Parts: sequence; structure tokens; C-alpha cells
Amino acid sequence: MHLEALDPVLVARWQFGITTVYHFWMVPLTIGLGPLVAYFQVRWYRSKDPRFYRATKFWGKLYLINFIMGVATGIVQEFQFGLAWAQYSRFVGDVFGAPLAMEALLAFFLESTFLGLWIFGWGRLSPKLHTAALCVAIGGSVLSAYFIIAANSWMQHPVGVALVHGRPQLTSIWAVLSNNTAVWAFLHTVFGSLMVGGMFLLGISWYQLWQRRKDGIDTVGADGRVIAGSNDAIAGRDAADHRLWLGSLRTGAWVAIVAFLIVFVTGDQQGKLMFVQQPMKMAAAEAACDTTTDFSVLSFGAWNAESCHSVHDVITVPGVLSFLANGNFTTPVKGVNQLIPEYQQLYGKYAPDGSLISYVPLMPVTYWGFRVMITLGGMAAFAAAVALWITRKGTVPRSKPLMQLALLGILAPFAANSAGWVFTEMGRQPFVVAPNPTGVKGVFLLTQVANSPSVTAGELVFSLASLGGLYLILMVVEVWLLTKYVRGGVVSAIPELGKRPSDSDEGPGGPKSPDDVLAFAY
Amino acid sequence: MAGFLPILWFILIAVLWTGYLFLEGFDLGVGMHMLVSARSENDRRVMLNTIGPVWDGNEVWLLTAGGATFAAFPFWYASLFSALYIPLIVVLLGLILRAVAIEYRGKGNSQRWVDVWTWCLGLGSFVSAFGIGAGLALTSTGLPLDKNGDLVGGPWAWFNGYAVLGGLAVVGFALVHAADFLALKTEGPVRERAAAFAWPWGILCLLPIALWAIDLTVVSGHPIAWVTLAVGVLALVWWGWEARARKEGLAFLGLGIFLVAGVATIFEAMYPVVLPSTLDRAWDLTVTNASSSTYTLGVMSVVAAFGVPLVLAYQAWTYWVFRGRLRGEAIPPIIAFGPAVATAAAAPDGAAPHGSRGSAE
Repeated sequence: MHLEALDPVLVARWQFGITTVYHFWMVPLTIGLGPLVAYFQVRWYRSKDPRFYRATKFWGKLYLINFIMGVATGIVQEFQFGLAWAQYSRFVGDVFGAPLAMEALLAFFLESTFLGLWIFGWGRLSPKLHTAALCVAIGGSVLSAYFIIAANSWMQHPVGVALVHGRPQLTSIWAVLSNNTAVWAFLHTVFGSLMVGGMFLLGISWYQLWQRRKDGIDTVGADGRVIAGSNDAIAGRDAADHRLWLGSLRTGAWVAIVAFLIVFVTGDQQGKLMFVQQPMKMAAAEAACDTTTDFSVLSFGAWNAESCHSVHDVITVPGVLSFLANGNFTTPVKGVNQLIPEYQQLYGKYAPDGSLISYVPLMPVTYWGFRVMITLGGMAAFAAAVALWITRKGTVPRSKPLMQLALLGILAPFAANSAGWVFTEMGRQPFVVAPNPTGVKGVFLLTQVANSPSVTAGELVFSLASLGGLYLILMVVEVWLLTKYVRGGVVSAIPELGKRPSDSDEGPGGPKSPDDVLAFAY
Repeated sequence: MAGFLPILWFILIAVLWTGYLFLEGFDLGVGMHMLVSARSENDRRVMLNTIGPVWDGNEVWLLTAGGATFAAFPFWYASLFSALYIPLIVVLLGLILRAVAIEYRGKGNSQRWVDVWTWCLGLGSFVSAFGIGAGLALTSTGLPLDKNGDLVGGPWAWFNGYAVLGGLAVVGFALVHAADFLALKTEGPVRERAAAFAWPWGILCLLPIALWAIDLTVVSGHPIAWVTLAVGVLALVWWGWEARARKEGLAFLGLGIFLVAGVATIFEAMYPVVLPSTLDRAWDLTVTNASSSTYTLGVMSVVAAFGVPLVLAYQAWTYWVFRGRLRGEAIPPIIAFGPAVATAAAAPDGAAPHGSRGSAE
């Protein structure tokens, strides 16, 4: 294969896309599961109910198995702007570097340091301090998300800058941090992540309750209510175990439902902003070729369609698109065909290399990305509501397919998150920094001129292959580990529960006095 | 202010790199020692758990140094990172493997699992330390950059003797620093062997970093660089004295002062250039032409004035919480567990990596 024939920009885009989507499989679980673990620990700290201790330990263990992958792949994120996108870094450096540096200094330090305190602090910190350490770490995660979203939102909607010598120069950090695009995107992302956390609890708890029924531990009485039992032969399967999983399941379901409502509201606000800030992205997301008020439920076109010639609307709902954009049913929304000449007039017809700029993002990607996101998000929330109803009498049915469906449901909000990001990032094309229609003229950058001039396609193929290969292996390892720990039940996180009295031949005061031994060690 | 802020940020970047090398220095060194100095699994776990609670917080110093360079000197960040594309990708692979290895090493079922992750941890630490050292050496000695700051001469044009010297410098420093750290933080065989490694092998390991600092000082001739270099040499002598006498705390302190003086020397010798072009000195990136606007630097200065002391305070507190020496007997056994199912005895434990479906049969 002749690597020289490959367009370095294309390989660099694939690399950024793959590494970022991958990173954002770990991140929403970190952001979504973290607050739930903290919630369980706070409940345990207040009530001393062992159920919450178990929940903290078990979900905390899964949280950590996932957290490390987010950390490891996050370093790539910060480095690859300079590595593969040097021209971008030079162009945006005066603005974009600041939120990244703030993220590291003000948020990531908190998250990493206090999580270390939490992991090793069992029995060493007072319960109050130990609980607080986790809360601070989770707060660091959420704060970290804010800075990153603010940086990304500046690429979607640059504010707070002046154009000096052809480069944007920061004039107001507050404008960047309080960018309306960032505020809504942050809420949308955090609650989208909480949906991930909620469905994760739901799916795994469902499996545990199902396993308890399968093993004959829990039975159902004549009134349909659960009769929770215990089986001493299976480590951890005592009566408290049932309450742990039922509580986790219902907590997860409620979180997913409430989070979805907020995701719905914030997404609507984002949409309305986007029609103003990036009209082409929304027109492409709707496959709205010509100015219209109709919302397309189903449209078909060639998969690689870059223009409107091959788009066929199959089902449309009159007025809804206008409602999404403007909050009424009558004001028409500009279509792709009307926007192209406007963009050409505002931002030029030709790229620096003389080629005609295509202002329309890949429509099938934006169109389906948008719909997959909404559909999967809605399905997850609906499934969570159904799960609440099914488990109202205290356990899950014995149906195996239903259990498998609950586990599969974990993937829905993950996929919705990915689809949403693919939509908003690819919908921004051909820009890496999209122009702000009401902002300073000239503050935008085309993706095709943003890469590192000295980095060849061959180098990019090497890095994409090595990072991609490693990511693939680590994904298998992470899922395998999560599966192992899930199947182990609560004992995987609290091994002491698995020890029957006869196992311990060392009484207190023996050679290993508990005070000396670490509560946790790698 | 306009002239002062870039200088302040040049100093701050040097401080961040010092913080990184000081803190991650022993993390990376401990990773390498798990391969070279450990004699048993218990040794390896003692070593790993000395850094267990703190390594992740330490690694953030790298991200902060990178992010601060992006914010304060975007042209430096863009040119250096894109010029060192291949070595930095290898560093990333190493850092990923090391991070995952620390967390996953104790969570498997077999000795083989543990061994594989030990290698990932050790080699990942080695590769990261070497690559970061190479990068720092090259930003102090120069790269073939054109007028735009882009590397000329192909993917390997960055490679020269300084890359090797810098790589060996950070690897060597990390090994000695970690030996001092392990001698200070453990009790038993690990402590003994770490102290025996630090002295006399430490002298050999610290040669490259000393050579690098001396070379830059001689070439630049900065008077202040000579002063800090002298401080560094004195610190080194003191370190050797204490390491030989097995005064572990003082040796650790001595080497710390040596690092601070060494990084200070290197940055002073570089000043005002942050990344020289070996093709034409007119294309050098300097604190003036590579820096962000006064407003951005001002904002970042406020953030740093608030953030850096805060980070130092709570990280110092973390070390206080986890103070004391770790003994081999304090490491709890890893308790194996199988699936919590009625057929647990019959089911081959963890035989099927089936994805998150949790297939129970």
C-alpha cells in the first residue's frame, strides 16, 4: 500500500474520531457511575446500613476498573492536538489551551489525588473524611467535564475573542466559560452520562436478581411478592444481597428516567441554539434540503451523499422542525440548498489550496447520528420505566431473554452518547472551529488545513494502528474483568464475605494483626 | 507586564516539569524496579503499593505541564509535539500500558496474568521515562524546524545523540530516585536492595543527566546556569554521602535538590529560547515569539497562583496520610473468587470473555 497516496488529514481525522469515541465510552460511565457510588457511600455513612456499604464497594470496584481506562486514554486526548493537529493548535492556542490547562490544574488533580485517597483510604481515613474524599474526586470529574466541554463548545461557537494577525486572541475568559453552547452541552453531557450510570446499575442488578431466582434463593409468593432467601453455600448470597440488588436496580432506573428528562430538555435547548449558531449542522441533521417547517422521521439517500440530490423524504411531520428550531410551528427553517450560497458568501468559496469548499457535512452521518441518539436515549428511559413496573413486587421474572435484554440495555445510552458526539463533531465539518454568525469575522478554521504539516500519512497510520490495536485489546480486557467482577457478585468487592468461619485459622492477635495489614493493596 | 508574563510562564513550565520529574520520577522508577530489583511477588507488591495511592495524582503533573505549555506557549506545544510525533506516540502507549497495568495486575486469575502486567508496567515505565527525557533534551538542544516551526527531514529527523542522552538521563534519574524512595518507604528486603542499588549504582545512573546539564551550561555560558549547576553538583555529593551512609530521608532530599538544580540549570541555559531550530537560529521559538497574549497569560497566572499551591497542599497531605514504611507482611493476599452461582464449583472460572452479557451458563 502506498501510504503517500493517503490524505494525512483523513487519517488524522479517523484517529481523532476513533480515540475520542473510545475515550468517551469510559468517560460517561465514570461521570455517571461516580455520583451513584458517592450517593451509596453517603447513605452508608449516615445510616450504617450494610446494604449501602456493599453497594459502595461493589459499584466502586466496577467504577475503578473502568476509571483507569478513562485516565489512560485521556492522556492521548490532550497530547494529540499538538501531535496531529499542530496548525489547529497554533491557530487556537491563545484560547483553547487555557481551559485544557485549567482542567488539569483545577479538576483532574482533584479527581486523581482524592480518588487515590479513597481507594487506599479504607480504614485509614475516618469514615467522614473517606466519604468526603470520594465526593471531592467525583466533583473533580464533573468540573473536569465542564472545562473540556467549554473548550469543545468554543470550537462549535467561538466567543470572547478578537482577531489579531489572523489568529483569535482571547479577550474574555468569562465569555468562553459561560458560553451558552457550553452550559447546555455540559448539562446534556452530564445527564447523558448519568443515564449510562443508571442503566449500568439496572442491567447488572437485574442479572444478579435473576441469578438469585435461578439458583432458587429468591422465590415468589402467591401474591406475586418476592420471598427473599439466602444460600450459605454461595458466597455473598445472603438475605441482605437481595436488598442490595433490588435497591441498586430501582435507583438506577429512577436515575435513568430523571436524567433522560433533563437530557431531553437540554437537548431541545441545544437544538434551538444550533439552528442559530450552526444552521448548516441542523439542516444536515434534518436532511432539510430546502427551506421547510417539516420534521423528517424517515428519509433515504445515498450513504455518501454530500448533496441533496438523492435525499427522499419518506415520512415527515409538518411543523415539528420549526418547533425544534423556534418553538413555533410556522417559521420555516432554512434548508441546505439555501444555506450553501450564504456560507460561500460569508466564509469564501475556495479553500487555501484552491479547492471548492463543501459546506455540507456528511448528511447520512448527521441525520442518523441525531436519530440514533434520540431513539436509543428514549428507549433506555422507557425500558427503565418498564423495569420499575416489573420489579414493583421485589424481584425480576425468571425469563433469561428478559435478563439478557436488561444487560443489552446497558449499551443503549453508551451508543446514544457516541451517536450524539459523532453527530455534533461531524456536523461541524468542514470546520474544525466553526464560525460564529454573530461573532468576530474571520474566526474559523477549516479542518483540511488544521493538521500537522510535518506529520506524514505513514506516521499517522502507524499511530492509528498501534493505538487502535492496543485499545481493542484493552477493551476486551476491561469487559472481561467487568464481567468477572459482576459474576462474582458482592464478594468480588468484599472478599471477606466469602470467607466462611472455618477458613480463617488466624485469630486476632496472630502474626497478621489486622491493624498492620493494608485494607486494600494492588 | 507584557514582557514579564512570558518569563513567569517559562519559569512555571520549568516548575511543572520539576514537579513531574520529582513525583512521577519515582513512580516510573518503581515500575522499572519491579522488573529489575524485585526477587519475589511480595517484593513487587510492596513496591507497587508504595506508589499505589499517589501515582495517578503524580501523573497529572505531566498533563498540567502539557496543558500549560499549550495555553502559555502554543507555538512551542505545536512544534515540539508534532516534531516528536513517533516518540510521543510510543510514550503514550507506554503510559497507557503502565496505568492499566497498575490497576489490573492484581485482578486476574493466573500467574501469567500477573506476569504479563508486570512486564507492561515495567516496560511502559521505561519507555515513558525514556521518551519524555528524549523530548525534554531535544527541546533544549534543538530540532530541524522550518520557519513555520515544522520538522524538516522526515519522521526520524528528530533523532540524534541528545535524544538518547535525555532518554538515559530520565531513566537513570528515575531508577535512582525510586531506589531512594523505596529505601525510604519500605522495610525489609526491598529496602535493603533499594539502598544497595542507590549506592553505588546511582552514580552511574546519574551520569547522563549530569552530562546533559553540564553540556548545556558550557554551550550557553549563562552565569546563573553555572551557579545552579554548582548547587546541583554539591547536592549530588551530599546525596552520595547520605546514600552511602544509608540515611534514606537525607539521601532522598539530596537527590531532590539535585533535580531542582538540574532542571533549573537546563531551563536557564535554554532561556530565552524554548525550542531552537538547528536549521536557522532566526527560526528559534522563544519565550516572546511562542507565547500567548498578555491577557491569556494573565488569566492563567491567576489560575496558577490559586491552583498550584492548592494542589501542592492536598498532595502533600496525601503523602502524610500514607506516611510510614510498608512491610511485606502488610500486603493482604489476593483472594480469588468465582461466579456467585449455584454451580460455582463446576463452572470454569472466568474461562469465557463473553462481553458484558454476563452469560451465566
